[in-house]
Amino acid sequence: MACGCYSEMAGCGLAGIVNRDGKKISGKFIYDSITAMKERGNGMGAGYAAYGIYPDLAEYYAFHVMLDDLDYESEVNAVLSKSFKIVKSEMIPTKEVPSLYKKTKPPYFYRYFLEPRDDARLPMESEEDLVVRTVMTINDKVKGAYVISSGKNMGAFKGVGHPDEIGDFFEIKEYEGYIWLAHTRFPTNTPGWWGGAHPFTLLDWAIVHNGEITSYGTNKRYVEMFGYRCTLLTDTEVAAYLFDLLFRKHRLPIRAVFMAMAAPFWKDIEHYKEVGLEKIYEMVKMIRTVYAPAMLNGPFAMLFAFKDGVIGFNDRIKLRPFVAAEKGDTVYMASEESAIRVICETPDRVWMPKAGEPVIALLNHCKEEDVCYPA
Amino acid sequence: MLFKKPQVAFYPFMVLRDDYKCVRCKSCVDQCSFDATYYDEDLNMIMNHHENCVNCKRCEAFCPTDAIKVVKNPSTFHPDANWTPEAIRDIHVQMLTGAVILTSTGNDKPIKNYFDHLLLDACQVTNPPIDPLREPMELKTFIGRKTDQLQFDSDGVSIKTTIGKQLELEIPVLFSAMSYGSINLNLQKAMAIACREFGTYWNTGEGGLHKSLREFKDHTIVQVASGRFGVDLEYLETSAAIEIKIGQGAKPGIGGHLPGEKVNEGIAETRMIPVGSDAISPAPHHDIYSIEDLRQLIYALKEATNYEKPVFVKIAAVHNVAAIACGIAHAGADAIAIDGVRGGTGATPKSLRDHVGIPIEMAIAAVDDRLRKEGLRNEVSLIAAGGFRSAVDVLKAIALGADAVYIGTVAKLAAGCTQCQQCHTGRCAWGITTNNPKLAKRLNPDIVAENLYNLLRAWAHDIKELLGAMGINAIESIKGNRLRLRSWGLTEQENKILGVLPAGM
Ligand code: SF4
Ligand code: SF4
Repeated sequence: MACGCYSEMAGCGLAGIVNRDGKKISGKFIYDSITAMKERGNGMGAGYAAYGIYPDLAEYYAFHVMLDDLDYESEVNAVLSKSFKIVKSEMIPTKEVPSLYKKTKPPYFYRYFLEPRDDARLPMESEEDLVVRTVMTINDKVKGAYVISSGKNMGAFKGVGHPDEIGDFFEIKEYEGYIWLAHTRFPTNTPGWWGGAHPFTLLDWAIVHNGEITSYGTNKRYVEMFGYRCTLLTDTEVAAYLFDLLFRKHRLPIRAVFMAMAAPFWKDIEHYKEVGLEKIYEMVKMIRTVYAPAMLNGPFAMLFAFKDGVIGFNDRIKLRPFVAAEKGDTVYMASEESAIRVICETPDRVWMPKAGEPVIALLNHCKEEDVCYPA
Repeated sequence: MLFKKPQVAFYPFMVLRDDYKCVRCKSCVDQCSFDATYYDEDLNMIMNHHENCVNCKRCEAFCPTDAIKVVKNPSTFHPDANWTPEAIRDIHVQMLTGAVILTSTGNDKPIKNYFDHLLLDACQVTNPPIDPLREPMELKTFIGRKTDQLQFDSDGVSIKTTIGKQLELEIPVLFSAMSYGSINLNLQKAMAIACREFGTYWNTGEGGLHKSLREFKDHTIVQVASGRFGVDLEYLETSAAIEIKIGQGAKPGIGGHLPGEKVNEGIAETRMIPVGSDAISPAPHHDIYSIEDLRQLIYALKEATNYEKPVFVKIAAVHNVAAIACGIAHAGADAIAIDGVRGGTGATPKSLRDHVGIPIEMAIAAVDDRLRKEGLRNEVSLIAAGGFRSAVDVLKAIALGADAVYIGTVAKLAAGCTQCQQCHTGRCAWGITTNNPKLAKRLNPDIVAENLYNLLRAWAHDIKELLGAMGINAIESIKGNRLRLRSWGLTEQENKILGVLPAGM
């Protein structure tokens, strides 16, 4: 599919958990949390992302690949072998969930643990760029194959179904991770394609998103100027590329990234000046001037995860629900408080983040925000 | 041969006067600057020279008893799709004068207006529209050279990257270049006041900056055209930005022309030329015969002003506009202004006005696409001009890819203009495009300033309503967002050039 058609519309529910100490949390919790919001979806899409699930193979890029037919595996293997040493490959264990088959025939899932080959890189290409290029090649060129995650020590699991169905299918409760994201979808049309579910991931980061980006056309044409190709035609994809551009390529400080994507109103920016915060005023004004096309408009709540934490944020006038809570070292974020209470009855603190203001939950080892960066 | 000049025999308009209502006050006689009415003392009647009437409607507006109507002359030539009355009249004029036909305002031919074939989107159910009266709705726009990427210092707050000086607009609309000479000081002053009040910019045009307007420096764009009228260091410095005028939509390929009889003392002083001398701008800048020369002029102006002023380059939308615009961006301009085929003027040969250039809609789409392809879009701002009629046109232009829009005709209309196409005669009955002191004083700068301010305010409201309906609360989120446009009645090729989908897709 070429870029240009309408972005997809959907309502949704989302949930995220992070243990800032890096302690493992069973998949059972996120499963219960997202399933508590089952009615925010319509059974046409759900998914999970987990960090810390492959501790023994943590130094390798873990590719989760979706295959419409097992025959395509050899082609995927061939593309991967060109640039990587395949340290391990196997089918991702799945369980038969009969209700899923009423909607679609589930595809097959493979995972590969990969070590980049030195001779595979193009001039000026970083290791991450090589991974991105390989992902794009498989998605673009290998028919019936689609990479759903490609980071180290993390993975995405998603498909067409309710969150409990998809969770059971992938046996989510068997995994343990220190960061979890989950999503349930209410698409207005019926895509029936497993790759269209959230989370959307690239390298070590993942996002889940509830909303519709009214600035999609602006954002899409902006990232295209930097060489990204929007193939999925979803708002989420364009948000993901914006993160990649601002975080990884431009290496903006974390707060600057969110000031670009959910920019403060001019009246609030002026306020910085009025109260004497001249430097902050200059900074925010500059971000908004230069990164104007990166601003996401329209209703959304979004969770962005990478190996060092989770950041949740909302559109500038908070048109989609978003709640956060913490208990000890664990931070919870969700569309609804019920999704948090169901797995943590007595949080130390529950709050409604302000419109546009990110909730930044980084691991404790990230004392300085800027030492922790998405790959 | 003919007994009368054909213009006298066959005229386009008639002044109908209801003699029963007329009280012989002679207002119409007094107001008409084209000698179309006179008072006959013997008959005690107001009479007409219909052949002189230009349909400016000044008399209608001033008649206390509503006795006058200016109407199309019902007696016209034989209906003929080829030999229209206009075509025949043009022959009549040229056979007598042996000259090009001068005219003014913008192209009045029915060239397809693509804005009228574009429809905007709105939100329903899946995302909420935003109520601009209850929620913030931001139109602030920056014009100037930006960059692709910001670099931060290790403190995470200080930014190492510097960008060019920006013009800060509270509405993505600026007043187009209209020189002192082509219009009078009163309208320039009115625009300057409105800009200062509202937070946008007006443009001196190529006639220099009269000393009485220097106080509006921070809202003034000073133009440097091929005639270099009124250009000195002080002029360049008394500005928010400098615009190099290469071309103009109403007369691509030729320079400005102010006849000597219009050059009074004020104009002479401001343009730095002798009173009564013709002020004729050469067609090209004689120091710009190629793109590298343009680069030198851009940097000469930047050097002269210490790199404190953004430098714009204005061109007419000609066939190869996308490539030219890219060259201008490469040459170092901070903004490119493009004037489409419907762009207006105070004086131009009719053949150029009506037949040279391309529609601004196509030009915006092509230029925006090309600048993106070349990775230059963040380096330069794009201002569209030429025939913008409403806030909706402005918004559609921005959705196609412009950063802001220049309006000229709209400012004249707000000052009372009735589009009679006589600006080049210097006899504007509404006191706009004339420097005849008796006529010019008909324009009260303070009242017109208020009208212009109201107009900007109304357009800002309109844009906000439209944005709100689309679920967008900042103008930058519609910029180049062609997915929020749909077309109707256009060919596949037209859709492709505009980068829009047809309605229903
Ligand atoms: S302005 Fe009206 S009332 Fe006065 S002279 Fe003219 S037509 Fe008669
Ligand atoms: S400015 Fe005056 S002369 Fe020109 S079109 Fe308007 S009314 Fe006629």
